[in-house]
Amino acid sequence: MDKNAAYRRDLRLYLIGFALAVVLTVAAFAVALSGAFGAGTTLAIVGILGLVQLVVHLRYFLHIDRSRQKREDLDLVLFTSLVVLIIVLGTVWVLGDLATRMHMHHMHM
Amino acid sequence: MSQTDSNLHPGLNLVGHPDVHHDSSGTIIFGFWVFLMSDLVFFGVMFAIYITMIGATAGGPGPRELFDFTSLGLQTAALLVSSLTAGMASLALKYEQGRTRLVGWLLLTLVLGIAFLVLEVRDFLSMVAQGGGPWRSGYLSAFFGLVPLHGLHVTMGCVWLVVLLFQMQIFGLVPVVKTRLMRFALFWHFLDLIWVGIFSVVYFGGWVYG
Repeated sequence: MDKNAAYRRDLRLYLIGFALAVVLTVAAFAVALSGAFGAGTTLAIVGILGLVQLVVHLRYFLHIDRSRQKREDLDLVLFTSLVVLIIVLGTVWVLGDLATRMHMHHMHM
Repeated sequence: MSQTDSNLHPGLNLVGHPDVHHDSSGTIIFGFWVFLMSDLVFFGVMFAIYITMIGATAGGPGPRELFDFTSLGLQTAALLVSSLTAGMASLALKYEQGRTRLVGWLLLTLVLGIAFLVLEVRDFLSMVAQGGGPWRSGYLSAFFGLVPLHGLHVTMGCVWLVVLLFQMQIFGLVPVVKTRLMRFALFWHFLDLIWVGIFSVVYFGGWVYG
């Protein structure tokens, strides 16, 4: 691949990533600030848009993909996500349950 | 040799730079990737604390009183555009588009990073002025534990970038400076990724449930 073609290919990846990130961000702001949906729906939509945007950032800015040479990087980010998920969901579950039993009504879990 | 066959590490690979594109720099950058992933766990814990503290305002001000979404939008835009300019700097480095272009993109990244920090600190000060300092409630302690932690990372990123700009002037684009620039780009993109979590969970989650 000649240098110019390689440059255009790399540049296109950054620009695609940026365009997708802008669209996803604007969509999240619009959904959250319009107040058009209920609390649960709003949070679900914002959450899904956020997760998609994380994948976009990983793919287009951090260049993590499924190619063979990057398998370790991908494995590491997936394992770390699993650890984070266990920590976050575990904490929310345990403390949310505690709050319910203690009748601490500030919590919404 | 195609591009994808020669990817050694996360981030843009400096294919065509034999002085840095080899196994040892792959190892160095992978090591930095390991650090970033441990940092991700740190942020994950702070997110967990924040989520359990939503609503625990102890009669003090909460998201409805304190959040400024215009400022949030501007901060998000500054950080996202700075991620793109950091990417452009990586491309300028990889395709040897000249020192001026590389420094230009890096300076633009720095200016956007500082703009983000100025807006963020202004928000924090306005929250404190409204009686919403970190000492006011568990909710605000969790907020000020998480969001300024990200801000501190951005601050360190700016300091790092200034140091790199000096190193480029003094040492030139020697291999060690090139791999530092690649690691800086990874760090900067990572901070934007964390910011997506912050505006989704901290701001919108807090707003909806607070």
